[in-house]
Amino acid sequence: MLKRKFLTLGATLGLVSLLGAGSTAAAADVRLLNVSYDPTRELYTQYNELFAAKYKKDTGNILTLEQSHGGSGKQARSVIDGLNADVVTLALGWDITAIERAGLINPGWEKKLPNNASPYTSTIAFLVRKGNPKGIKDWKDLWKPGVQVITANPKTSGGARWVYLALWGALANAKTHDFSTAQGQAEATAASAAAKDFPVYQNAEVQAQIADLFNNHVPVLDAGARGSTVSFAQKQLGDVLLNWENELWLARDEFGPEKFDIVYPSTSILTEPPVAVVDKVVDQRGTRAVAEAYLKGLYSPEAQDLAGQLHYRPRNLDALKKYSAELPNIPFFTIDETFGGWVKAQTTFFADGGTFDQIYKPAK
Amino acid sequence: MAGSPSRVIPGFSLTLGYSLFYLSALVLIPLAALVLKTTEMSFAQFWAVTTDPIVLASYQLTFTASFLAALINGVFGLIVAWALVRYQFPGGRFFDALIDFPFALPTAVAGLTYASLYLKDGWIGGLGPRLVTGVNGLAGLLGLGAPLEPTALDWLTFPFTGGTTGIVLVLVFVGLPFVVRTVQPVLIEWDPEYETAARSLGAGRFTIFRRVIFPELFPAWISGFALAFARGIGEYGSVIFIASNIPGKSQIAPLQIVTKLDDFQYAAAAAIGVVLLSISLLILLAINGVEQYARRHERAA
Amino acid sequence: MAGAITARAPISIGSKRAVATESVLARRVLITITVVFLTIFVLVPLINVFNQAFSKGFEGYWSVFFPPQPPDDATLTFSQKRRLAEGAAQAARTWSSIGLTVAVAAVVLPLNIIFGLAAAWATTKFNFRGRALLTALIDLPFSVSPVVAGLVFVLLLGRNGILGPWATQLVWPDPFSLHWVGFENGVWPLAFGRTHTGVIFTPLAIVLATIFVTFPFVARSLTPLMENQGTDEELAALSLGASGWRTFFKITLPNVKWALLYGVILCLARAFGEFGAVSVVSGHIDVNDTMPLRIEKLWNEYNNQAAFTVASVLAFVAVITLVAKSVVEWKAARDAERTN
Repeated sequence: MLKRKFLTLGATLGLVSLLGAGSTAAAADVRLLNVSYDPTRELYTQYNELFAAKYKKDTGNILTLEQSHGGSGKQARSVIDGLNADVVTLALGWDITAIERAGLINPGWEKKLPNNASPYTSTIAFLVRKGNPKGIKDWKDLWKPGVQVITANPKTSGGARWVYLALWGALANAKTHDFSTAQGQAEATAASAAAKDFPVYQNAEVQAQIADLFNNHVPVLDAGARGSTVSFAQKQLGDVLLNWENELWLARDEFGPEKFDIVYPSTSILTEPPVAVVDKVVDQRGTRAVAEAYLKGLYSPEAQDLAGQLHYRPRNLDALKKYSAELPNIPFFTIDETFGGWVKAQTTFFADGGTFDQIYKPAK
Repeated sequence: MAGSPSRVIPGFSLTLGYSLFYLSALVLIPLAALVLKTTEMSFAQFWAVTTDPIVLASYQLTFTASFLAALINGVFGLIVAWALVRYQFPGGRFFDALIDFPFALPTAVAGLTYASLYLKDGWIGGLGPRLVTGVNGLAGLLGLGAPLEPTALDWLTFPFTGGTTGIVLVLVFVGLPFVVRTVQPVLIEWDPEYETAARSLGAGRFTIFRRVIFPELFPAWISGFALAFARGIGEYGSVIFIASNIPGKSQIAPLQIVTKLDDFQYAAAAAIGVVLLSISLLILLAINGVEQYARRHERAA
Repeated sequence: MAGAITARAPISIGSKRAVATESVLARRVLITITVVFLTIFVLVPLINVFNQAFSKGFEGYWSVFFPPQPPDDATLTFSQKRRLAEGAAQAARTWSSIGLTVAVAAVVLPLNIIFGLAAAWATTKFNFRGRALLTALIDLPFSVSPVVAGLVFVLLLGRNGILGPWATQLVWPDPFSLHWVGFENGVWPLAFGRTHTGVIFTPLAIVLATIFVTFPFVARSLTPLMENQGTDEELAALSLGASGWRTFFKITLPNVKWALLYGVILCLARAFGEFGAVSVVSGHIDVNDTMPLRIEKLWNEYNNQAAFTVASVLAFVAVITLVAKSVVEWKAARDAERTN
């Protein structure tokens, strides 16, 4: 007994001395950490395989890609707090802006890659129970008596913030564009650049309607977009789920198409999840070149096709057309044109004391 | 008890020094960082954050749910301890062993299994439709029609629809061992002679329990109750699997901290953390007070 | 303060006496309430874990850990290959979470044992000013919410934390990546396969958070017993000329071995199961997943059966913990009777 004790002690001391001697073999392989939000796990698992294979072919070196997924805001915070992410691929521009403000990403990141640095888009649509028993076809149907709406908490979930903006924009009849044509996209870009004042913020009627929805039709508010899908599909709460289009398709595939229908409203928001290189980390770790190649690769035909396959809307119009049966074209409004970008939307709606907090002031 | 000749024993500075180092490095310095973080705010800001209606509602929920759970454990824990100590019945030892299970089971697993039990297709949540069909079928055979609406027992999925009841439910689970395990030793030491004496004086059974047994159990019982209560206040892992997370209605206080963190409000998160910590410390002090009172009470008796 | 209970002298139940003077009816009612309450709140949830884990049969359970190997077969469709590869990746993540959980416990446990022995020695063998305060401080983590436990490390070691500038630059080798490389590069035949940068969101932070929530267990189990035993035996040994270490290993340690083991069991159970604190400091990276975090991820990926399968391993560990605890209690009671 005694002897064993000393042996353990000796072993521990030996380990400690080894730590001190620290003959740290230089890792031969390159590691890259991609910090992303919840629903993209499937996308990046597959894209990583694609990219690692290409990297091996081009350079002969092994690239190990690590993934981290969670609520978008939580992930941004982890990066700010010290998670050494080489690239971030988050749900909304605000979260990357927050990392930028912490001094880790250089300003102007959204211009470094095409299409506002979002290689794929998505939208907000509805998931209803099979046969659509409550007849939910468009935004206004959410207010029907007895309809229960499942969405996540916009304070903590990036997807839910897009839901909130989609609701707000649709109710305020925001100006839409046809994103399935190059011409429509060019119009949208021009309109965003030209937009100056944003009357939607002053729309008290819309705010009252949204307050009514959240107070009287929303029984649970999960912390993340994924959690809200679990509530709807697994806990079988509510009549309609508002979520990312790709998340709805995933739920339909996971739980079986015989259980749910996806419903597209007449208009919705074009959600643009952005990607960026974390400048401070890649400069420190010397991974800038591979990190930039990694993000650029997301615009390659193979990656665009992969995105379409997994129900993200590719930016590449050919890839978009290929998957148009599953990703039907509806008119979209954009956050830049309608709400003047994320910083304005965030501070007005979701910051402490913003409109969302006002909706939920407990009556006392 | 350590006596005066203690300086003969070696190792005082070594063990005390090491203990203090370990405590400081791993607990005190981190906790100091928490308090220090709140000094970034002015007092007015601190007050505004910690008394925000939604934050207040989360304290209220945390305390009410923990209190209710501790109360349920207080009542049932007493019955369970009573039955396990005083009666022999088949499976008694097995059920006694089960009591410690909530200590050993990771809270995330507890939350997971509770969440799945009360789903519409879970064992308990799914019982409703089946019971209704059964009852109605039986009534149909007897020619009574169908007395129950098809949805009559859908409330069995209550943890998800009732907002806070699910939270109480898992807190009952995590706090279950406390009351039972504090009361049991007292009941075992209990001398039945007292009861016999009281009965010979003509006291009824309930009076005996109320006037003779319960006062003896009370210090242990209240200490178990307080422990279960304190455990509930900090609980996080099991609750997040089942809570519906509506701000101001079903968000527990630890979740408020996480929410603030996700919103990049470090100082605000630290402020709520400090409040929660202070309250826990007060409860800790109260428990120690109760235990000391009980010990003195015991000695006096 | 959970230790207040766990540290109580082991008790035996139901064996000594059945003193009931209550009516048969009252007895039956109370027994029924006991059985029903414990069944609904403890037994059913426990059985449910295994029921859900085996909901896809034994094969489904097995495949969570050992997925079917993708055969080198050209007849497989693209999506079939995908699914096999995904299954393999999921199993690898699950194994990694098991490995990390065990590794964290392996690092935390010895540290806590040394601390527990030192703290118990200092607080029970000596009388000094501030002793009560020290005892109270040891209890502190029991009353701190696990979320706060995680938060304090983020505030201390995060990039904007007090030690942030230093902690985020810290490079440390992973002790579990130590491997043999031979003598080609010099006198050291061993090398670390990988290094980590930073503290927060690495396994080191998980170790710290786990220590925070588990360190009182050993100390708390030892203190009451060492207090009761006093210092007489140690004094006798010392007066006969034994050294301090020898006295400790030959007298004190054997006297408290069951209490020590008891504390170790409780500490291990908590280290395996901690969720809140670890969740805050893990950064959600797959390689930082412990088993409880892995369970949450699987549940969020709609992979219920796999979540419950991993949960069933932890539930099984919990059952083993209880059995081990009962054995230790029984041994301790036997030893106590013998010395009395």
